[in-house]
Amino acid sequence: MSNLRGLLKGKNNLVVSLVALGVAAILPLFFDPLSNLTNNFILAAAFVVMALGLNIVVGFAGLLDLGYVAFYAFGAYTIGWFASDHFSSVNGGEGFHIAAGEFASNLPGIHLNFLVIVVVAVIITGIAGMLIGLPTLRLRGDYIAIVTLAFGEIIYRFAVNGDEITFGEGYKLTNGRQAISPIDSIDLPGFAPFDSAFSLRPFYWFCLVLVGIVLLVNFRLRDSRLGRAWIAIREDEVAAASMGVPLVKTKLLAYATGAAFGGISGAFLGSYLTSVNANNFQFGFSIFILAMIILGGLGSIWGVAIGAILLSFINTYFIPEVFNEVPRKIGLEFDLTILNFGIFGFLILLVMVLRPQGILPERRRALELEGVGAGDAIEVRAP
Amino acid sequence: MPLLEIDELQTYYGNIAALKGVSLTVDEGEIVTLIGSNGAGKSTTLRSISGLTPPRSGSIRFNGKEISRTPPQDIVRLGISQSPEARRTFQRMTVRENLDMGAYLRRDKEIGADLDRVYDLFPRLKERERQKSGTMSGGEQQMLAIGRALMARPKLLLLDEPSMGIAPILVDRIYETIVEINKQGTTILLVEQNANYALGVSERGYVLETGTVALTDASDALRTNPDVQKAYLGA
Repeated sequence: MSNLRGLLKGKNNLVVSLVALGVAAILPLFFDPLSNLTNNFILAAAFVVMALGLNIVVGFAGLLDLGYVAFYAFGAYTIGWFASDHFSSVNGGEGFHIAAGEFASNLPGIHLNFLVIVVVAVIITGIAGMLIGLPTLRLRGDYIAIVTLAFGEIIYRFAVNGDEITFGEGYKLTNGRQAISPIDSIDLPGFAPFDSAFSLRPFYWFCLVLVGIVLLVNFRLRDSRLGRAWIAIREDEVAAASMGVPLVKTKLLAYATGAAFGGISGAFLGSYLTSVNANNFQFGFSIFILAMIILGGLGSIWGVAIGAILLSFINTYFIPEVFNEVPRKIGLEFDLTILNFGIFGFLILLVMVLRPQGILPERRRALELEGVGAGDAIEVRAP
Repeated sequence: MPLLEIDELQTYYGNIAALKGVSLTVDEGEIVTLIGSNGAGKSTTLRSISGLTPPRSGSIRFNGKEISRTPPQDIVRLGISQSPEARRTFQRMTVRENLDMGAYLRRDKEIGADLDRVYDLFPRLKERERQKSGTMSGGEQQMLAIGRALMARPKLLLLDEPSMGIAPILVDRIYETIVEINKQGTTILLVEQNANYALGVSERGYVLETGTVALTDASDALRTNPDVQKAYLGA
């Protein structure tokens, strides 16, 4: 019986996913291929990938991660290192190439095909995810948040000051605020090379494929044994352990999968923006992604996707374009974009007051916060 | 050879010794009770056995195998499962999901049969199969915690204060079921503050005081022991 329900539910999600992705795929055809709106669509899709990754850590496993930006950085530097002329004198200045596009294959430096980059990024960020996971294993709640926050900040500092960390033949670790640039564009076998001067649509469609993969992985994981173990840990760690859930392995897997999605998205954004700048990896970015999943509904896959799209559009469209004239109209001389985070904060506040379970809450949380069964009085557990 | 053999167990929370050398044995097929006041180390003993709070020294042998350094999931796999103190059911999961979690490590085909067995033992759980556990009464949650532990198909079942905070009429029901579970072949180590009930169903008992075994005897003898009556039976 419950198997049947599971299948139906799975099917529903599949149908909804296909319809949503289909509609999303047609959307850019109504706009100029170089329009700013298409650019906004791409960023929104990339943020959906990241938010769904963080949702695994925070929403499913209940581990509050405030340093998620670190995985964006690792993903972005993966493509910065391995798809640019950053290591220019590799192989005697001839460069090192694996299935690189026609243009990139004559350049010095390391140039791997984007698909290879994705694999490398998943490996690097997965390992980084487990490394940050290790020191938090003995910690709970707020303490996990503090350690991950520090981790994110450490990675940011490395990114900023990496231009003074040199090795080998004078290679710099990063280019700091000068940015590693240009990054190879995406060049998939069987497709024309992506060219942002000609059309942004291929980037968008490619990112939609990433979103599709991430959605699939999320649904499959949530309904798997591992997914149930994550939720059990979130609900009650001690009880989960006494049921035989291996805490170390299960938590590390949550960190690693969550990080891998951040890495994939980071690599994509690096290529799309054609540069990897340390300025992008500040603490505020972690909060930006966290705000998406809280706004959408912690643990709810569709909710998180909606939250990510919404906040992304508020950030890239509504604040800088639609409402930017508002201060001037009421006689104030300032650019609304400097208030970005103030506005996000206000939105989160509104959500917390009006709809604390998020826009589209996870079933479990919805029940709790709507007070279903309040007549039965949820008992307070003895300490 | 006893099923469980604990020798000179010392367990610490930080620098505070909760167990200062506890020794006890449980034979196959028995119900054994640990009684004692708050802080005597009853729950810590169970947590040490199940690996949640590993002991600092001493030995725990289960079926002759040393398990004092074994991680919790492997201990569950060996056949020890626990209904923890204060029940700790997964509040936002349904009754059925909670029971499924109890069988987390199992991949055999007998899980369905064990589910039926738990529903036979606790018909109330069957009625509430789809209800969130957090919305049930304390007694029902206690049934669920015991049922969940049974889903691991343990050889040894650890029960931590199954009567705590529960209406007396339900306590009777739960204790009847504990006897039934034991008759079906599961050995039980029972921790209780409510010594009357526990000594009523068990063969032997241990009295813990500040982290050591103060007294051990047949349950009937403990029930008539004037010191025990004064301290734990409210006589």
